[in-house]
Amino acid sequence: MLYKILAIVHKDIIAELRTKEMFSSMFVFALLVIVIFNFAFELRVANVKQVAPGVLWVAFTFAGMLGLNRSFILEKDKGCLEGLLLAPVDRSAIYFGKMLGNLIFMSVVEAIVLPIFWILFNPPLFSPALILVIVLGTVGFAGVGTLFSAIAVHTRAREVMLPILLFPIVVPLMIAAVKITGGLLDGQPLSEMRNWLNLLVGFDVIFLTVSYMTFEYVVEE
Amino acid sequence: MIEIRGLVKSFGRKAVLKGIDLEVADGQFLTLVGPNGAGKTTLIRILATLSKATSGTVLIDGLDLTDESIDIRRRMGLVSHQTLLYGDLTPDENLRFYGRMYDVPNLEDRIGVVLQQVGLEGWRHDPVRTFSRGMQQRLAIARAILHRPSVLLLDEPDTGLDQHAAEMLHKLLATVGAEGRTVLMTTHNLERGLSMGDRVAVLVGGRIAYQADKSALDADSFREVYYRSVRGSI
Repeated sequence: MLYKILAIVHKDIIAELRTKEMFSSMFVFALLVIVIFNFAFELRVANVKQVAPGVLWVAFTFAGMLGLNRSFILEKDKGCLEGLLLAPVDRSAIYFGKMLGNLIFMSVVEAIVLPIFWILFNPPLFSPALILVIVLGTVGFAGVGTLFSAIAVHTRAREVMLPILLFPIVVPLMIAAVKITGGLLDGQPLSEMRNWLNLLVGFDVIFLTVSYMTFEYVVEE
Repeated sequence: MIEIRGLVKSFGRKAVLKGIDLEVADGQFLTLVGPNGAGKTTLIRILATLSKATSGTVLIDGLDLTDESIDIRRRMGLVSHQTLLYGDLTPDENLRFYGRMYDVPNLEDRIGVVLQQVGLEGWRHDPVRTFSRGMQQRLAIARAILHRPSVLLLDEPDTGLDQHAAEMLHKLLATVGAEGRTVLMTTHNLERGLSMGDRVAVLVGGRIAYQADKSALDADSFREVYYRSVRGSI
């Protein structure tokens, strides 16, 4: 099964390297969000660092949404999703393959956007704990987003449908991610934010499990 | 071998297939014709495990479609009017991907063989989106036979092709079918369907209205039977 998951990831990466459609739109959008918020808050907010965690996660999630939207639309084109469903593999392999691909694209965008965010907002410190929080938040977002992307692609207004379906679900994830990021930027140790960290990990575990169990029913007629 | 017994498929209250009984023997080429909305594509989608039947049983090579769908998918190839190919990838990359999904042994050699079979070996590294519709459909056949399926499902494979491309495609399909595969093809083209199949069946209003061996029919009598079956259902 792992071999087939990796085959799907490899195929998605080759297709993306050829077109750069998903990556370029995600990167440009995330960059614009950060730059616009930077200018907007510099004029109105006394302490920019108070809003920096929120800006960072808004950029990540909105850019991620663009990528997730493209993810299954490309599969729907020419019936490729049916080609995947015809393969002699458990449907969950398709879910994990697509989810891993989305996770990689989001992570690459985040890795490029993060230094730019640092330059513009100049937060006080950079810790490995912050990387952990970003990874956990991105895994949860990509995990549940891949499932909802598969649901939305079958609807008529699919590009509008995904954010409508996904954002209410990821609210707890976003709150936890923003709270921990804010705490870390204020110099608090991660151990003091254990409740938020537990929420983040719990969200990832629950929604990855639910997505794994329900994906088959989402993609079948 | 394909054995279908009492197959029913409903979408809500609307029954699209109303109790299909059909058999396609090992190595046989069955052509299924019928008007739009007869249920041809629905039947193919159920056999391809892309859609679930409401009731009835389907056995493919003795395997139950409901319980052994992964094993069935391993033995089956599908060519539909959609190519199921990634336009931004080359034929080599498309076939390599599907080969991995089907665990095809000696994949490199096999890709060369199937591309040669469909006459696309010279375009192995060109993006699929630059291909004509006919070339894409030939590549779709290469994709469908890559894993050496024993059962081949063809759902109106000539849709959208010009006369020349359709003739090329049918010659290719006849070659592929002659390799001992069990083939079920749906089409609107009565003459072509009759010439390619060992047996023909007419699907009208979700029911098999007629089926016979090709030897029992000529083109005129088949056309007459077809139109009588369609009129009879109205």
